[in-house]
Amino acid sequence: MDFLNAIVALANFVLIPAISYGSQLAIGALGVTLIYGILRFSNFAHGDSMAFGAMVTILVTWWMQSLGVSIHPLPTALLALPFGIAATSLMVLTTDRVVYRFYRRVKAKPIVFVMASIGVMFIMNGIVRFIIGPGDQRFADGARFIMKARDFKEMTGLREGLAFKTSQGITIIAAVLIVALLFWFLNHTRTGKSMRAFSDNEDLALLSGINPERVVMVTWIIVAALITIAGVLYGLDKSFKPFTYFQLLLPIFASAIVGGLGNPLGAIAGGFVIAFSEVTVTYAWKKIAVYLLPDALEPSGLAQLLSTDYKFAVSFVILIVVLLFKPTGLFKGQSV
Amino acid sequence: MTQNIRTPLLFAIMAVLFILEGSTNFWVFSGSWNTSLAILNMALISAIMALGVNLQWGYAGLFNVGVMGFVALGGLATVLISMPATPGAWSAGGLRIVLGIIVGVGTILGAVQIRKKMSPGRNRGLLMIALLVLGFFAFRYVFDAGVEAIEAINPAQTGNLGGLNPGGPENYKAHGYMTLLAWPVGGLFAAGAAWIVGKTALGLRSDYLAIATLGIAEIILAMMKNEDWLARGVKNVVGLPRPVPYEVDLQKSAEFAARAEAWGTDVTTASTIAVKLSYGLLFTAVLVVLLVLAQLSLKSPWGRMMRAIRDNEVAARAMGKNVTKRHLQIFVLGSAICGLAGAMMTTLDGQLTPNSYQPLRFTFLIWVMVIVGGSGNNFGAVLGGLMIWFFWIKVEPIGNWLMMVVTSGMEDGSGLKTHLLNSAAHMRLFSMGIILLLVLRFSPRGLVPER
Repeated sequence: MDFLNAIVALANFVLIPAISYGSQLAIGALGVTLIYGILRFSNFAHGDSMAFGAMVTILVTWWMQSLGVSIHPLPTALLALPFGIAATSLMVLTTDRVVYRFYRRVKAKPIVFVMASIGVMFIMNGIVRFIIGPGDQRFADGARFIMKARDFKEMTGLREGLAFKTSQGITIIAAVLIVALLFWFLNHTRTGKSMRAFSDNEDLALLSGINPERVVMVTWIIVAALITIAGVLYGLDKSFKPFTYFQLLLPIFASAIVGGLGNPLGAIAGGFVIAFSEVTVTYAWKKIAVYLLPDALEPSGLAQLLSTDYKFAVSFVILIVVLLFKPTGLFKGQSV
Repeated sequence: MTQNIRTPLLFAIMAVLFILEGSTNFWVFSGSWNTSLAILNMALISAIMALGVNLQWGYAGLFNVGVMGFVALGGLATVLISMPATPGAWSAGGLRIVLGIIVGVGTILGAVQIRKKMSPGRNRGLLMIALLVLGFFAFRYVFDAGVEAIEAINPAQTGNLGGLNPGGPENYKAHGYMTLLAWPVGGLFAAGAAWIVGKTALGLRSDYLAIATLGIAEIILAMMKNEDWLARGVKNVVGLPRPVPYEVDLQKSAEFAARAEAWGTDVTTASTIAVKLSYGLLFTAVLVVLLVLAQLSLKSPWGRMMRAIRDNEVAARAMGKNVTKRHLQIFVLGSAICGLAGAMMTTLDGQLTPNSYQPLRFTFLIWVMVIVGGSGNNFGAVLGGLMIWFFWIKVEPIGNWLMMVVTSGMEDGSGLKTHLLNSAAHMRLFSMGIILLLVLRFSPRGLVPER
């Protein structure tokens, strides 16, 4: 019985949160890695573009809520998502047209692109705060839980409850769908193949008649979809606050680099590696230890390796370790 | 226009702006010398930070986005040097903390030694992991008890180790010179952190250094917010001693009152202005010294080598230059300057508030200063620091004014009008982004380009 309780506690406090957080990071990191593979720079505006996508979705959600549109038990935000993606696509295509295209044309160094993306980051930040303000916004509606902790306890008679939030369920399902769709697109469609060719060897791709501007445009649209979905899922799961999206930049970059920049498969693996390490290192293991260990060995403290505020440190340490020992990432990414 | 005319002209324009700010309340200017000097003091500190970043970016092409972390470390140094030691803290847990840190560092060094000395294989990996895990728990065992003991001492007021001020809790404000000592120490702290980052991330591709520095800045901040024994974390440290006299003391002095009368100002205003002026003089002195050193180094063989490395790493390496070592050197130097500026800033604020450190303000804004001013040119960096800081402060009134103009046709009390008026503050970030993009696009070498 104790063993089962321990497993349920583990699932409730570690596995489910880590899987859903990992999915969010993975979707975010896919965007970073695609931009890196095709446009060849690290996009510092990624986190704030996520905030932008989530913001548009929130505004549309509010509008729909005021009209009484609802897809109960699912959150209305899912219905608003396509609008968010459309607006974000328009936004990133505009920034590409106004900002990045010039540097592509003059073949600027990658670091110049990074600088430009910092400028875009400032502007995004300003726009988001200007429109929706810097505070917390709640927009989740519909059923909050697929499984409530109390129901689970009654159902199984265990002492530990297992809560499964709707947002977590949606996140996991969405992540699986998106990954499947993206890989099908990259491997089986003509446009997807031309994207991979462009990422592998630009000159060769140009020689075989691939239109670079088209590849770039498709990439930006896919990235816009990915960041909006990641942003909305994160907002549903936690809450929407512009600054947290900026802070997501570090774990997202870490995921992409750990997996191997430019490698989509790596981005997904990296997202889960980072999420699981963050959650396991900052979780207070006392609860589980109480079930598993004999009374004599019970830990006196919380058995928490690091306080929760150090979760950024976890992504960072993993990042440094990977950079030191395997600079191309777990899956082979581009360049050194 | 040649640069010989352009540089002094741009500096003159900045001087005029600061004078306007002090003397007239026309348009967005406040007409208060107090405000003008307050902006100037912060602008001088920003200029020093910009000098540090310019050293890294302009001389060597290193992309450091962890400026905030180094600045915060400087602030930490100010507390650790200039505050008095908390009575009983060192005896309660100081020893355990020092021991804990020794255990922690020892573990890491041990792991590094194992990696260096043993031949690769499964045994090496297992031994390293075993040592790290054991070391971590030993570290926590020794360290945590010490932390608990220190944080239990009068947690509402201290609860930290305190600093080295010889005056003790009653009389520490009389030893204001301690803050001046803290400035170079802040530089040293930042240099230490930079050495660790540089050792790991330099030599890899440029964006990796950027991401690594972004990370170290977040970690330094997380540490400063959580490690209450060090500098009280988010409970803040207030009432730092000052290297300049206090306004109250000036107001009490008969001599000062007489002089204020001679100037024709009331004593209160005169005292605040005098304090700000003395800070300004101190900061200007530091800035000038650093600027002279930076100019000398730029013209020296060392500076030429640096630029050669920046412009063509492969060629420089072929000429026998140790690129990685030189990069590490300049990265540490630049970060040290940021740390120094951070210590100066905390001295000026008179308090350390970890929550006020925001990456947009302390990292990316400094970058805007360097890019706008002119990367690779020290005068450009200083000009950028003065100019961008002035606009950063003034964008808000300008935004308010703009919104007033835009909304003047709208009905009073309408939702959109209130929203627009309330959101004017967020124009800051937006306009900084626009400025950065415009300069990058149309004048990528900045206002005062490198010669």
